Amino acid sequence: MTGSLDTAAKAKLLRTLLDGGLPDANGRFGPFGGRYIPETLVPAFERLTEAVHTVLHEPSFQAELSAELTDWVGRPTALSPMRNLSRRWGAEIWFKREDLAHTGAHKINNALGQALLAKRMGATRVIAETGAGQHGVATAAACARVGLPCVVYMGEVDMARQAPNVGRMRLMGATVVPVVTGDRTLRAAIDEAFRDWVTDPAGTFYCLGSALGPHPYPYLVRELQAIIGREARAQMLAKTGHLPDCVIACVGGGSNAIGTFHAFLGDPSVEIIGVEAGGRGAALGDNAATLTTGRPGVLHGTYTLLLQDADGQIQETHSVSAGLDYPGVGPEHALLREIGRVHYTMAGDEEALALVQECSTYEGVLPAIETAHALVGARDYARAHPGKRILVGLSGRGDKDMPTLQTTLLAHDGVLS
Amino acid sequence: MSTLPADRLTQVIREVRRDRVALVAFLTAGHPRMSTFRQDLTTVAEHADVVEIGVPFTDPLADGVTIQRSSMAALQQGVSLHWILDELAAMPRPRAPLVLMSYMNPLLAYGLAKLAEVAAQVGVCGFIVPDLPLEEGGEFEAALEPHGLALIRMVTPVTPPERLRKLCGNARGFVYAITMTGTTGKRVAAEAHDTMAQVGAYLDKVRALSPVPVCAGFGIRGPAQVQQLAPHADGVIVGSALVEALERGESAAALLDSLRGGAA
Repeated sequence: MTGSLDTAAKAKLLRTLLDGGLPDANGRFGPFGGRYIPETLVPAFERLTEAVHTVLHEPSFQAELSAELTDWVGRPTALSPMRNLSRRWGAEIWFKREDLAHTGAHKINNALGQALLAKRMGATRVIAETGAGQHGVATAAACARVGLPCVVYMGEVDMARQAPNVGRMRLMGATVVPVVTGDRTLRAAIDEAFRDWVTDPAGTFYCLGSALGPHPYPYLVRELQAIIGREARAQMLAKTGHLPDCVIACVGGGSNAIGTFHAFLGDPSVEIIGVEAGGRGAALGDNAATLTTGRPGVLHGTYTLLLQDADGQIQETHSVSAGLDYPGVGPEHALLREIGRVHYTMAGDEEALALVQECSTYEGVLPAIETAHALVGARDYARAHPGKRILVGLSGRGDKDMPTLQTTLLAHDGVLS
Repeated sequence: MSTLPADRLTQVIREVRRDRVALVAFLTAGHPRMSTFRQDLTTVAEHADVVEIGVPFTDPLADGVTIQRSSMAALQQGVSLHWILDELAAMPRPRAPLVLMSYMNPLLAYGLAKLAEVAAQVGVCGFIVPDLPLEEGGEFEAALEPHGLALIRMVTPVTPPERLRKLCGNARGFVYAITMTGTTGKRVAAEAHDTMAQVGAYLDKVRALSPVPVCAGFGIRGPAQVQQLAPHADGVIVGSALVEALERGESAAALLDSLRGGAA
């Protein structure tokens, strides 16, 4: 299906998207999206969709969410000029500082919104999956705040490489369940969360962490994350009087990227770039670059681009960053790629680690390894377009990555030449 | 070629039901071994009334640990939908009608139109797709229709009455009534008396609405359960228990016969 849209159809889809018409009533972003779920979950999804439509934009809910985002999360997050990187790269670099949000990443915007929604819906417990642990920590924190029990599914591979986050979740009262099936990373954790939900579809609220999965999640998560781009756009105009020339964010499932991009989609002068995990190479299984190398199919309830073999079996992915290590991507990104509004590239493990070092050394900001993929994209864009104004979605801080950094950057000297 | 494959499924179950509840047996294709698939399938088809062949998928999110494990084992040996259809084409047509159970993605990767054609050629009567609800099923149903194949509808204890009517309304082959919320393979919400009464009442409701036979599945492991369900269903589906027996190298025939005995 991908590649089959003509120019007029692409332009029409972009207009519909900008007019707020996507996803459509069937949860589709053009050809992508939808809701491929077991029959047992259909009533739960109908209740969730109904709640999203009636509650999410309702003034009292928005007021409650907005107050919590200000008083508890610490929004708005800063927009910081990065003078040293600007000098080094020969362009004007700005960071939208989601690393300064409570719990250390953009994930809290979504987790808080969904936890408040769960409370409104009368849920008795919240479940979540997590890869890097940031969504798990954010959900644990939000559930503690609103007073709901929380169970987090996490692959045992990720539990090892993101150990500090496991402790944080437990301190905040969440039960962390190790997932030992499948690939034992994010994808298996999502499988397991669905299995839990199928067992108690009435009382459980599934707080999904990225802009993917069955409708209405891609929409719900995008709406809750769009605050990133809205704030950044207003801050940029206030500080410089101009829009950025380019907006860049990293893409795993794609929630921080869709949140950062959305406010800029209707600005034709703004180039938008998503950076995926190039891992250790271009071969299937060596990366998580779904938008760059994937083919369409159905995983976790949505029709989107996937890393799969010729038989439709989902492939294991590789990335040094747990948060990008996922073989699918949100359906809205699949659409944005298809209609050409966003350009997607990739950055490899080594390049990302080098940018963790460079950003820390020259700006005193330790970015998450996920986020460092966006920095690779920003540096490359800056070098190709000297003097341009570049907004980077600094999606999270790197404290959680210390176990990985101890065995990589800190294991040897002389990373920087 | 007078009877459509979907109708054959209906007829076989109805015919068996005159004497006892029909037995639908599930096995994962190529598990425990690819090399014995034809023999395993033949045996199962001789001791069950309908056979559900599982197409393995990497992310079986409606399945419990047993079918997750059998799917992984099959994939590791190289089982694919192509291989399964080739095997079916190469072997003598089993006695019992066959349905394929698959998640959506392997079907999409094969190509829906071609799949319907090839499946009909090798004697498949229908498909069960656990992640394809009514709202997304139109394209596949349209591909199956010209070949007379059924897209088996699934219903659950939490399906609201109006939706239940809609799902049963134009069902083909048989209706797959999931007995409980949860994944495959768990023990059906025990033999506890009140729970069983609830399951029975739910199945009676489905049967009243369905123009085709109703088969109860998920968590059915022993003759006692089959006996309890028999008054309320046209067929019972046994999956994980059979997969586990095959895994342990036990006789599939003995297990299925014991269940059929319990189905008297």
